[in-house]
Amino acid sequence: MLEAPPAPFPLLSAHALSKRFPGVVAVDNVSLELRAGEVHALLGENGAGKTTLISMLYGLVPPDEGYVSLFGEPVRLRAPKDAIARGVGLVAQHFMLVSRHTVAENIALGLPGTPFFRPTRRLKRRILELGKRYGLNVDPNAYVYELSAGEQQRVEIMKALVRNAKILILDEPTGVLTPQEADGLFEVVRRMKGEGHGVIFITHKLGEVLDVADRITVLRKGAVVGTLPREGADATTLARMMIGRDVVLSRVASAPPRPGLVLELSGVSARNDRGVVVLKDISFRLREGEILGVAGVAGNGQLELAEVLTGHRHVTAGSVSLAGRELGRASIRETFERGVAHIPEERNGVGVVPGLSVGENLALRHYRYPPFSRGGLLNAAATQRFAEASVREYGVSTPSLQTRTGRLSGGNIQKLVLARELSERPGGAVKLVVAAHPTYGLDIGATEQTHRMLVGERDRGAGVLLISEDLEELFRLSHRIIVMFGGKVMGIVEAEGADRGLVGLMMAGGTPKGTYA
Amino acid sequence: MELESWLVSTVARSLAFSTPLLWAALGEIYAERSGVVNLGVEGMMILGAIAGFMAAQTTGSPLLGIVAAASVGGLAGLLHAFIAITLRADQYVSGLALTILGLGLAGLVGRAYVGVPLSNPMQAVTVPGVTSLPVVGPALFTGQHLLTYAGLIVAVLLSVLLFTTRLGVVIRSAGESPAATDALGINVIKVRYLCVVFGGVMAGIAGAYLSLAYRPSWTEGMTAGMGWIALAIVIFAAWRPVRAIFAAFIFGACFHLAFRLQEVFPPEFLQMLPYLVTILSLTLIALGRGGRQAGAPAALGVPYTRGER
Repeated sequence: MLEAPPAPFPLLSAHALSKRFPGVVAVDNVSLELRAGEVHALLGENGAGKTTLISMLYGLVPPDEGYVSLFGEPVRLRAPKDAIARGVGLVAQHFMLVSRHTVAENIALGLPGTPFFRPTRRLKRRILELGKRYGLNVDPNAYVYELSAGEQQRVEIMKALVRNAKILILDEPTGVLTPQEADGLFEVVRRMKGEGHGVIFITHKLGEVLDVADRITVLRKGAVVGTLPREGADATTLARMMIGRDVVLSRVASAPPRPGLVLELSGVSARNDRGVVVLKDISFRLREGEILGVAGVAGNGQLELAEVLTGHRHVTAGSVSLAGRELGRASIRETFERGVAHIPEERNGVGVVPGLSVGENLALRHYRYPPFSRGGLLNAAATQRFAEASVREYGVSTPSLQTRTGRLSGGNIQKLVLARELSERPGGAVKLVVAAHPTYGLDIGATEQTHRMLVGERDRGAGVLLISEDLEELFRLSHRIIVMFGGKVMGIVEAEGADRGLVGLMMAGGTPKGTYA
Repeated sequence: MELESWLVSTVARSLAFSTPLLWAALGEIYAERSGVVNLGVEGMMILGAIAGFMAAQTTGSPLLGIVAAASVGGLAGLLHAFIAITLRADQYVSGLALTILGLGLAGLVGRAYVGVPLSNPMQAVTVPGVTSLPVVGPALFTGQHLLTYAGLIVAVLLSVLLFTTRLGVVIRSAGESPAATDALGINVIKVRYLCVVFGGVMAGIAGAYLSLAYRPSWTEGMTAGMGWIALAIVIFAAWRPVRAIFAAFIFGACFHLAFRLQEVFPPEFLQMLPYLVTILSLTLIALGRGGRQAGAPAALGVPYTRGER
């Protein structure tokens, strides 16, 4: 393997770190080095051990074996503050910010050397200074709750810089960003590199790694598969290392949609629970045998759109027509009976009742219809037969039908939801599948199965509305893609040969001319 | 003239009555700002009242009475802190238990003192130089107790501390986002203990005001639900110490007017008044669009456990 000439000492090195949790080896004998002026990407699937590894580097979790050195010196990190004091900064996936405080207050919190009275007064100038130097635009007087995810992330980075972090760990930093915001982040990372910082960049997105990393360490099942310099890496190699076999990143072949309309929305508006208008004049059509992707950064109306189609929320204006019939104020149960399958965003809690058994969760939609119940009495045998068949057909891996659903893995819970939602119902087969982030947090195997199921429904002639933040997924599966921003449809593009930059632009609220299909 | 004297005495008595409410509410504001709700205010107050009375009666010093009341209130707060923070038990249940415990314990200990007047009560003071002001002079600056003025000053100081100092940021952060606070190396548990114990100290002083100054004697159940009103004031004041001054005054006035207007209105209705105002104010606040600034601390009532992340 090619190696760049080593710097005098690495900023950070992990020496044979291992961490076990009951039943699993989360991190297995991992060694790693971060040099000054380097971006070191940690690439791996969900569950590959990336998060546990950085928890050890940041003092959140003590390693069972091995140790960490900072600036060439072995250290014992008992708590994050030890790591912070030695120049390590972490930007976690879930931001650690006090949303009702100002940016400056958040940065001042726990910062040594701040004056007792008006602790933020000298800090503000420093924030602006550092902001200029690193291209980090943050307003110290803004309240955090007013900020977008990208801006909040900049505050987190600023927090680390103000504390003189030489080492910055970014955990899945682009998950919440628009492509443009992600580019902004990469620019900041490059400037930090130029100033001699070292950055550990954790991700499962191949494209980003190739964009920003100098070296790449691939993790699989807690162990290092290999470390490559950027020059020696390409997407196919990395994907193979990450997954352990070749994966197809190309588009899933599909027949063109059929002429029949499954769904037609015209001028639909809706309010959220706080009364704010979150869907504005939405119009689109979905045909039989079509997968229509919905792209957008979280919180731009996708959730409410799914709710409107599944009876969880009623429109305030416009009309929704399902297979030629007005949806009106149909209840959740009515939408189910009329052929809507709902794969909700929140698997635990909305998708299943974690405290109920696997069998009970599978019967949650059907229990009231014959043969599952008659005259108000449940028929255990019919439920059992249905559950057994579902578990077998969808490959739900569960110790028994009586197992608490909450004990299953995310992938198995999703299979259970799919089994229940895609099943026949009194009104006939599924006509419309509303899938919100159906593969979020799933491993490759479960993701592929979910995709197969959605494609199967499509081929059967159902319409699929696929809401996702994963652009790869959208481009692979969809015929067309709607881009939502601020509750509006910014544009609809054909997925085949679409310009991803354009989609990114629309996700950020830009309006291209002449793309409305 | 008659109206003026009526006004003067109403304002004066309302202010006197608002004093224990203010002290107790200020303490609870700090506890809740740090993320711990304590429904034991009533219990801590009554423990303060009996402890203060006993100490003052035994030593003859009202000052020692206040110190005793503050200490006992602080100990009661420490008990709640241990149960709610260290054991992570349900804060509401623990607080309710503290109130029941306090009322019972105070009644038991205080049996020997029922009906005995305090031999050396706190004396009312007159603020020199301003008593000659019309209406305001006699209403606000004559015949009040030191604790009344101290309460106002403490409220302002606590406001400054909470909003303009490093410690204030830490306390508010602990109540808003303990995980973020912990991640920056601040001991959330310690901050919360400190604030809950402080809340107990303040409630104890509030109780001492009742048994040493307002009505220098001991009666079982003499706090008469003021601890609960203090909890309502905390919400009414939107967890802001200076607003608590006005909130406490409004509630104090309600209590006083219930007593004063007995001849005009049926007393049953008037006795409802403070509670009615409480319900009404809570409803109005819930309906109002105060923005996210006006709400309760985000982590209020949630025990903090350092998780994986």
